[in-house]
Amino acid sequence: MAKFQSLKEAVAENLRDGDVVAFEGFTHLIPHAAAHEAIRQGRKDLTLIRMTPDIVYDQMIGMGLAKKVIFSYAGNPGVGLLRRMRDAIENSWPRGIETEEHSHASMANAYEAGAAGLPCAVFRGYRGAGLKEVNPNIRSVTCPFTGEELAAVPAHRPDVAFVHAQKANRRGDVLVEGIIGVQKEAVLAAKRSVVTVEEIVEDFDDLHPNLCILPHWTVTSIVHVPGGAHPSYTHGYYDRDNAAYLEWDKISADRDLFTAWMKENVLDVGPEAFAGRVKGL
Amino acid sequence: MTNFSDFTPNEMMTIAAARALSNDDVCFVGIGAPSAACNVARLTHAPDITLIYESGTIGTAPNVLPLSIGDGELCETAVTTVSVPEMFRYWLQGGRISIGFLGAAQLDRFGNINTTVIGDYHKPKVRLPGGGGAPEIASSCKQVFITMKQATRGMVEKIDFYTSFGHGEGGNHRERLGIKTKGPTLLITDLAIWKPDPETKEFTVVSMHRGVTRDKVQETCGWKVRFSDRLEETPPPSELELTTLRELQARTEKAHGGKKGT
Repeated sequence: MAKFQSLKEAVAENLRDGDVVAFEGFTHLIPHAAAHEAIRQGRKDLTLIRMTPDIVYDQMIGMGLAKKVIFSYAGNPGVGLLRRMRDAIENSWPRGIETEEHSHASMANAYEAGAAGLPCAVFRGYRGAGLKEVNPNIRSVTCPFTGEELAAVPAHRPDVAFVHAQKANRRGDVLVEGIIGVQKEAVLAAKRSVVTVEEIVEDFDDLHPNLCILPHWTVTSIVHVPGGAHPSYTHGYYDRDNAAYLEWDKISADRDLFTAWMKENVLDVGPEAFAGRVKGL
Repeated sequence: MTNFSDFTPNEMMTIAAARALSNDDVCFVGIGAPSAACNVARLTHAPDITLIYESGTIGTAPNVLPLSIGDGELCETAVTTVSVPEMFRYWLQGGRISIGFLGAAQLDRFGNINTTVIGDYHKPKVRLPGGGGAPEIASSCKQVFITMKQATRGMVEKIDFYTSFGHGEGGNHRERLGIKTKGPTLLITDLAIWKPDPETKEFTVVSMHRGVTRDKVQETCGWKVRFSDRLEETPPPSELELTTLRELQARTEKAHGGKKGT
């Protein structure tokens, strides 16, 4: 049953040192405010799952929260590479991290298998691809009916999933619209889930019956954080801050610049700062 | 006055790639791929082409090129937007996509692509972003088109990592791995159009863009280039093609504050 909480309480109650955690959102609805709260609370030794680690994990990795990252595309979309993640992989700064690399199809299937309560995902993939030579979690099974060899990977079963969404109603049901990514699967695959939302409304009575809804009894905690996806976007509320993605390329290129930026924009402020960041977008 | 006989190699590359797409195609536009080509096709000779981005947007028709594959405009202009697991399971794996359009950091003569690492995987010289959707785009789409600028560091004798499988070591290597799709059938560069040899599957130059010499194609390619016996010249861009591309890019730059879309 969803509890309405402050972001500080929701992160403190649901994210523990050593957890396997997914912060999801496919370019759209990336839960940046929740990740910043995890950074402020100084969580350690996390295994971070995410299809596209993106700025949000570059920040968490650069602040030393991660011991392992499970991913399928480690880029700053439309811009280039993730410089903090590379510094951790190549130079162990601020600490070394393990990586487990998949394809998008594999990650999406692994979330779906987690939501479906299966131990593994089965799909037609990785044929001729080099990743199966370097990632021991990419294996194969033979179809018992046709004999076709198919790829198999372990299901994602995070301890906790964090997602951002448009709105919740008073009961705690959550509406996700636009590019919906893997958020529904991530929430249903996880033991606990925290959803930050742009808005809390009375009810969902006027909505189309087939929209993507997470019923209140599938969500652990709901937090009202306007602007909480910035510099990602929330469809119907504000656009992607493309300039911030470009700027990150410069900030993340230098350890000192990065550290100073994180202090000023994350450590020394709270989630209420996000509303101002999306004004005019 | 705009001079339409004056065009850049990049413009020729994008327009040659656009021409290869048809109205009936269902095209999966992968990460790093020039969606410029796909959208020029849609805005000229192929208005009914279905463009799909891996963020789940099906039948999208953006007015400007997206900066990321998940830009809001892709969703707003799409026929429908599905979840990412559905995209990869029903639509890509389900065999609904006719053409996968990929770019490459490194490419070999058999259309194998590396966007993962330069150097050894475990001790990389350069850690690139990785494959994203490409490994399964390369095996599940009915055929694959590749587009990239020619350079010896990109077009190499041997790629460092098989991010996505083209024709492997050539010949029937795909079939031997149980892959039933055609794989790379077209390579469009800033200098030429290449197609695989029907037997060996090695990319062969079938058409050079206007003003390009064989030496220039060889100098910018890391393997010994084969030329078709019936080598043609790529028709230069038409006024409509060039105007459409330039207007699309101008709208994109204006929308993204100077940054070109992908």
